[in-house]
Amino acid sequence: MKLLTCPMNGPRNIDEFQSFGPVRAKLDPDGTADTDWSRHLFRAENRKGIVVEWWRHVPSNYFFLAERDLVSNEIIRTFDASELRDLA
Amino acid sequence: MNRLPAPFGSRIDRSRPVHFTFEGKPFEGYEGDSIASALAGSGQWVLSRSFKYHRPRGILSMTGADANALVQLPSEPNAAAERTPIVEGLRVSAQNVNGSLERDRDAIMDRFGRFLPVGFYYRTFMGPRRDSWLKFWEPIIRRKAGLGVIDTKAPHRHFDKTHLHCDVLVVGAGPAGLGAAIAAAEAGAGVVLCDENPEIGGALSYGRYDPGILSGLASRLEALPNLNVLTGTVCNGWYEDNWLPLIQGNRLYRTRAREVILATGAIEQPAVFHNNDLPGIMLGGAAQRLIRHYGVRPGQGAVVLAANDDGYRTALDLLDAGVSVIELADPRSGDEAGPLHAELRGKGVAIRKGATVEAAEGTPGNRHLASVRIGGSWIACDLLTVSIGNAPAWQLPCQAGGKVGYEAGTQMMTITLPKGSVHLAGAVAGTDELEDAIASGQRAATAALSRLGHAVAVEPLVTPKSVRPRYVQPIVADPKGRDFVDFDEDLQVKDLQNATKDGYREIELVKRFTTVGMGPSQGRHSALATARIVAEATGRSVGEIGITTARPPVGPETLGVLAGHHEVLERRTALHTRHIALKAEMKPVGSWWRPYFYGDASGAEEAVREEILAVREGVGLLDVSTLGKLEIRGPDAGEFLDRLYTMAHANQPVGRVRYCLMLNEMGSVVDDGVAYRLAQDQFYVTATTGAVARVYADMLFWNAEWRLKVDVLNLTGAFSGLNVTGPKARQVLETLDSDIDFSHDAFPYLSGRDGTVAGVPVRVMRIGFTGELSYELHCPSSLALSLWDAVMAAGRPHGLRPYGLEASRILRLEKGHILIGQDTDAITTPDELGFGWAVSKKKPFFVGKRSIEMRARLGQTRKLVGLQFPAGARNIPGESCLVLRGGAPVGQITSVGYSPSLGRHIALAYVHVDDRAEGSRVTVKCRNGELVEVPVVAHAFFDPSNARQEI
Repeated sequence: MKLLTCPMNGPRNIDEFQSFGPVRAKLDPDGTADTDWSRHLFRAENRKGIVVEWWRHVPSNYFFLAERDLVSNEIIRTFDASELRDLA
Repeated sequence: MNRLPAPFGSRIDRSRPVHFTFEGKPFEGYEGDSIASALAGSGQWVLSRSFKYHRPRGILSMTGADANALVQLPSEPNAAAERTPIVEGLRVSAQNVNGSLERDRDAIMDRFGRFLPVGFYYRTFMGPRRDSWLKFWEPIIRRKAGLGVIDTKAPHRHFDKTHLHCDVLVVGAGPAGLGAAIAAAEAGAGVVLCDENPEIGGALSYGRYDPGILSGLASRLEALPNLNVLTGTVCNGWYEDNWLPLIQGNRLYRTRAREVILATGAIEQPAVFHNNDLPGIMLGGAAQRLIRHYGVRPGQGAVVLAANDDGYRTALDLLDAGVSVIELADPRSGDEAGPLHAELRGKGVAIRKGATVEAAEGTPGNRHLASVRIGGSWIACDLLTVSIGNAPAWQLPCQAGGKVGYEAGTQMMTITLPKGSVHLAGAVAGTDELEDAIASGQRAATAALSRLGHAVAVEPLVTPKSVRPRYVQPIVADPKGRDFVDFDEDLQVKDLQNATKDGYREIELVKRFTTVGMGPSQGRHSALATARIVAEATGRSVGEIGITTARPPVGPETLGVLAGHHEVLERRTALHTRHIALKAEMKPVGSWWRPYFYGDASGAEEAVREEILAVREGVGLLDVSTLGKLEIRGPDAGEFLDRLYTMAHANQPVGRVRYCLMLNEMGSVVDDGVAYRLAQDQFYVTATTGAVARVYADMLFWNAEWRLKVDVLNLTGAFSGLNVTGPKARQVLETLDSDIDFSHDAFPYLSGRDGTVAGVPVRVMRIGFTGELSYELHCPSSLALSLWDAVMAAGRPHGLRPYGLEASRILRLEKGHILIGQDTDAITTPDELGFGWAVSKKKPFFVGKRSIEMRARLGQTRKLVGLQFPAGARNIPGESCLVLRGGAPVGQITSVGYSPSLGRHIALAYVHVDDRAEGSRVTVKCRNGELVEVPVVAHAFFDPSNARQEI
């Protein structure tokens, strides 16, 4: 079983976690056309490469981010959501 | 008896005989014997019949890896006779026989082999009709196919699971594994060494080696407290980040290792020739295991096929065991003569170089080997040992990311692992000699230790003894066939050649078309030969062909090892014992147990009616502890709820309770509840029973992005809830000792109060699902029983009745109140529910706002309305029955029930948006197919002005 290092709880078995999908671009709801909004809601990119994903440590209900290589499934790093703003 | 004296027979205890039966006949063995060795010791060599042709089969490898030696135990099918120890009174029978092992009626299949070409099933059982497979062929084949029989009445066994963590896990306790484990442990690492055999040593325990080597390694092992040896333990897979299941009997060790050293060894390969499957033909290692482990003489007169040193060592072992070695055939033409060669010659064994076994013949019925043909002449013998080469045990390394290759120079199958925390050692890494294997284990340990941060002396790289090229047996189809490549599936050379002629050129396709490698041995004895045949037939190299993907498990595993425990997860409210005492009929609702109604099942209808009337005319009490309860605290609490819910909460006054409706990003209704503002920076929010876990997660998910200053606490289990409802609710509460003023003016509808009732701290909200005057009392669960008892006692003079879920369902239906998940689905919008009033038009943002605006522009197609059936109507549609318009479905019934207050059936249903007006008539298709017309009611069925809840 894969290990995932939670920034709060340390390395844990991945079955303690729930994936909440990749971080998506923030759209201005009022400045987005209906077709683009639908696409934003329902279309997943799923491109080869490295994604930043939301993960939840279920027992502690803690949300954090992980950088993962979609090809090798390697988790490159995990970090607290407060760093998200620095990324943006 | 074919038994040898000590020191042969390291596993058996001659002082303890064990009696058992095989095919109904009594047999005797010794404690420590396996089924196969005990039978062999008594001269019983046939163990099973083959899968397709029902040919007699016996010991091939003594490793328990192939179908030849699978037997039936009373409550266990497919037991490996070569690994399963005998116990007193054990009843063993043969598998895959029609009749008995001795007289198998299906042995005639062997004559009809040419009518069963490869792919026979796929070609033959297609017709003649489309359903012929399912109706006719499949039942016949099912009776014929399969091996053992499952005992559905087998007694339950106890399986347990435990966790194991270590710095270094070494799989395989042969010379390389021992070398690795000792080196790692001596450097101070925490080491686990596992091996599937009952003893350590691997080849050292049965091969022709100085016993001093193993005892020397064993004494170093014992001196290391940080080295945990698990014998009789199968490592059955490799999973990501070095998670490995180690199975020891009925126990599963879920093992997490920082570094893994795989010293899984090599698998001896059989030779391919006509009748190569006769009992009496076995791998060299099998003969050595019979001799050294079990003290069983594997035959009387032997021919040895040897294309490596192990074959010569086997011949010497046979001589020591008193077997007459008639001839040794060495297919290699080279005239190099090693010391083993000279030793054999010295003992008078005839050695024929450049010759191989071309065919074999059996005794009548092919029950045992009778003779072999070498260089055109037949030699009578009852034993042929085969030592023509090995394949590295690739299963675990390949699961760990290893790639199989083939070195043309040395004709060796190789495994390359990506650089990382998994290392190979010994024969699986291609070493030949004992010293090289031990050294290779030590090198692997050094690599693992340095990755673990141990300061390790970099040992000078020992040059391994020159690796000699492997002998490769040319595989030519015998004109008479029966030259088996895969013993499990009875596949011959021509079967595989024909598959390539049919166009299946890739190994994975060949496997699926011919079933090669799909049997119990999973290609251990056939993968390399198959790759060579396919390479030859398609003009490519063995490296290009490769082998099929290896996946866990490595070997068969009992389902009990995988199964979890049987406890049903259930939640009980703090008031559970009170409900039971009141004879409540309890029902599971999600994971919770809730009272359905109170009283005997025989009087269910009457009990529900009385409970409803009690609420409408007197006072009722409902346990609402299963409701989700969340506390939102912090300076941004109001803003937080504003973003999550559709109504305005930031401006909600302290002490007020407000309905809250939650949408998802798609604009669909996902949850509802109420929010009670306890303080400027504190809300108490309820969520539906089934949704609270997700709502709680979603709240923190959103806030991980929003970074508002709030904290969310899930109080669902910590708090219990009691709903006191009915026209007399206030009278009941006013008789209780409390600091709360329950009067209409002091405590109006949709407000909340903190205080104590009967000495219990409570949060009270004036809300209600029933449409009557209601107070919902929430208190810490530890005090819920006292509160319940106090309310029950205070209510007794007023006729207070506890009521259950069924009454509650009807009461809310009479008011047209929706249940999320029951009356809503994945695409329900607030407009469809008529909940426009619950959606703020002023807030700039809330989750789902953008989407409901967009969906409003797309046009509403349906609306949830009430349907009222005429009194005495016979045909009442059930939930999910379709609402039709012009013959086409436009919606469905979501809730239906009989209202005693109204004396008729009522329902909630989605209807076409144009039929939403009061008095429209809609058509509903009942379960029996009949269509009924029902009038629409656009308001609550009961008390349409909602006056009663606000008194």
